[in-house]
Amino acid sequence: MTTAVHSRIPGAIIGVTAGLREGAAWGLGALLLVALPMLFRSDSSLAILSISGIAVVFALSYNILLGQTGMLSFGHAVFYGLGGFGTIHAMNLIADARLPIPLPVMPLIGGCIGLLSGALLGALASKRGGIVFAMVTFGLGEMVSAAAPILNRFFGGEQGVTTDRTALPHMLGLGFGPQLQIYYLIAAWCLLSAGAIRFIAGTAFGQIARAARENPERIEFIGYGMRRVRFTAFCLASFFAGIAGALTAINFEIMTVANLGAQQSTMVVLATYIGGLDFFVGPIIGAVLVSVMQVSLSDVTGGWQLYLGLLFVLGVMYAPGGIAGLLLTSQPGERLRDRMAPRRLVLLAPLLAIAAGGVLAIEMAYQLGLRSQDGTVRRLAGIPIDCASPFPWLVAATLVVGGGAILRRAASRAHPGSTR
Amino acid sequence: MLQLLTFSVLNSVLYGMLLFLLASGLTLIFSMMGVLNIAHASFYMLGAYLGFEITRLLGFWPALVIAPLLVGVLGALVERFGLRRLHARGHVAELLFTFGLAFIIAELVQLFWGRMPVDYRTPLELGSTAFTLFGTSYPTFRVFILVVAALVFCVLLMLLTRTRIGLIVRAALAHPKMVGMLGHDVPTIFMLVFGLGSGLAGLAGVLAGPLFVTQPSMAETYGPILFVIIVVGGLGSLSGALIASLLVGFIQTFAVSMNVSLADALAAIGVAAPAGMFDEIWAVTIAQIAPVLPYGLMVVLLIFRPTGLFGRRA
Repeated sequence: MTTAVHSRIPGAIIGVTAGLREGAAWGLGALLLVALPMLFRSDSSLAILSISGIAVVFALSYNILLGQTGMLSFGHAVFYGLGGFGTIHAMNLIADARLPIPLPVMPLIGGCIGLLSGALLGALASKRGGIVFAMVTFGLGEMVSAAAPILNRFFGGEQGVTTDRTALPHMLGLGFGPQLQIYYLIAAWCLLSAGAIRFIAGTAFGQIARAARENPERIEFIGYGMRRVRFTAFCLASFFAGIAGALTAINFEIMTVANLGAQQSTMVVLATYIGGLDFFVGPIIGAVLVSVMQVSLSDVTGGWQLYLGLLFVLGVMYAPGGIAGLLLTSQPGERLRDRMAPRRLVLLAPLLAIAAGGVLAIEMAYQLGLRSQDGTVRRLAGIPIDCASPFPWLVAATLVVGGGAILRRAASRAHPGSTR
Repeated sequence: MLQLLTFSVLNSVLYGMLLFLLASGLTLIFSMMGVLNIAHASFYMLGAYLGFEITRLLGFWPALVIAPLLVGVLGALVERFGLRRLHARGHVAELLFTFGLAFIIAELVQLFWGRMPVDYRTPLELGSTAFTLFGTSYPTFRVFILVVAALVFCVLLMLLTRTRIGLIVRAALAHPKMVGMLGHDVPTIFMLVFGLGSGLAGLAGVLAGPLFVTQPSMAETYGPILFVIIVVGGLGSLSGALIASLLVGFIQTFAVSMNVSLADALAAIGVAAPAGMFDEIWAVTIAQIAPVLPYGLMVVLLIFRPTGLFGRRA
């Protein structure tokens, strides 16, 4: 339907309206960044907002590789971590030597360190594309995090390296002690980075990178060197990862070796993918979701990473567009509007049953496993459940198996003849 | 010196063969399906934990058979119900799927067995001393591992090159469509190969569990090293994987026994080590950087021979 309507409108007008819509989205985003701390005033929510802002920059930087250029990197945290460590050392140096460099420009230093290290390692990693690239980034990431504990003076060993952000020269009367000021600093850099990354996507390089994702062979035939495309994307992504690392250094005033390890690299892959690779807002959604999960869910259940992993694998299998893909796609049948058609809404019931049964089983397993010293009774949604008795396990199994059976029947009715 | 050398060589070969048990399955799967199974090291970890659990219940010998079988079946199921559906969507989806699987397995292992290492010990039957050389004894268990690994290698080689099954598998590897047209069930062959590869990883886990530490981070430790081996050996090359496994085995084992640092080397030629933020680099001994060395090998290879030792041109 929409294409039919569009075809009657001259192209220029579509361009103008699309531009207006995009401008409105950016204005709304900026307004939201300004207004959020006024809506959520508590210290803990301010902390979550700050972490989310940093995570957004990090995920957007990662999507330059994965979403835009189709490069699957498993060592992206290296540049985040190095940018952060570099920033901390730069801050300590500035404070000691009383240099007239204020705090708000520090992320630029972090970005440059990210860029430098990205250029160095990227020269190696970008030699090969595809699966080898993924393996090499895995190896390089592991190399850096294995080497980091040896270099104690730079990486600070077990304790990490600390700094005092208030020791830097003040700017415009701002001391950057209170978290609120730090939040606005992060928000400003978040907006700036997002704008820059969006701008890059629209440049000639951005177009080539997107084309390279779709068909690298053809790009080579047109006359662009794939290695150069990969290298440029790698450097750009490392630059913005360095900015995110610098913001982390400023926010927590400490960096540890864990910041550049496999765990951090994994998180950015999960966040970006769950959010959605194909849309600019995808990584933003994913980063915020994972940050909020990380902070709020980790108090409720020890299994939050398991849920994250399950969410990720289910996403890979059934929703390759991620959350943004579900919300924004224009493919008929894939749209949320179509997916939520009344006759399909019935499917929500078995889905919810499977989810409830799964959560019940996982939580009970955690109670018996890692939390066994607290006894076998676990409160879920206010109901005390004795995990050692067979009844709740029976309930969980019934929910999962029953829901699955109903879903299978519904699916086979929707696509008769298919074996799925 | 001779004593150190002999035992280091023995241990290098042992470690290298264990790595090869892992790498062979990974390469086999890769060359067949073009899938890099990131969860391969997780199957190895599962093998170790299942080996521990079954040893506790039934003893070591049943564990040696049952645990790899269980892991193999799990691998086949993963191929059948996960990877096969994603195959049409390309390699990134497959990679991400196995990546997520590795994440989930790591969490599940912690859920069932806790975050601390489990007490998986050398089985009593193999706790004796195999032989004594230069006054140092060598445990039977290590010899046993060496024998099993060598045996697996020979059987695998025979299976692939001398039997009809191997013929079909190799043909399916090179020309899957043609083999399918000839009436062979190629998807099932793929599933079985995936199961076999996973089972080999599980076997390596049962064997290596008592030798190293059985803990939730063991997949994380060996996963990247496996990728190094595959990249160094050349993608999809079985002989390359063997050479690279032994190479990494030798490098890591020998590095641990070397207490020489760059500063020593510089002092030997009469140069003082320069000072600065990274001046610790000069004092670091080769033993300390042993964990970094395989990655260094990968970097060197990427610079001089990006296709790997036995790799064909990309």
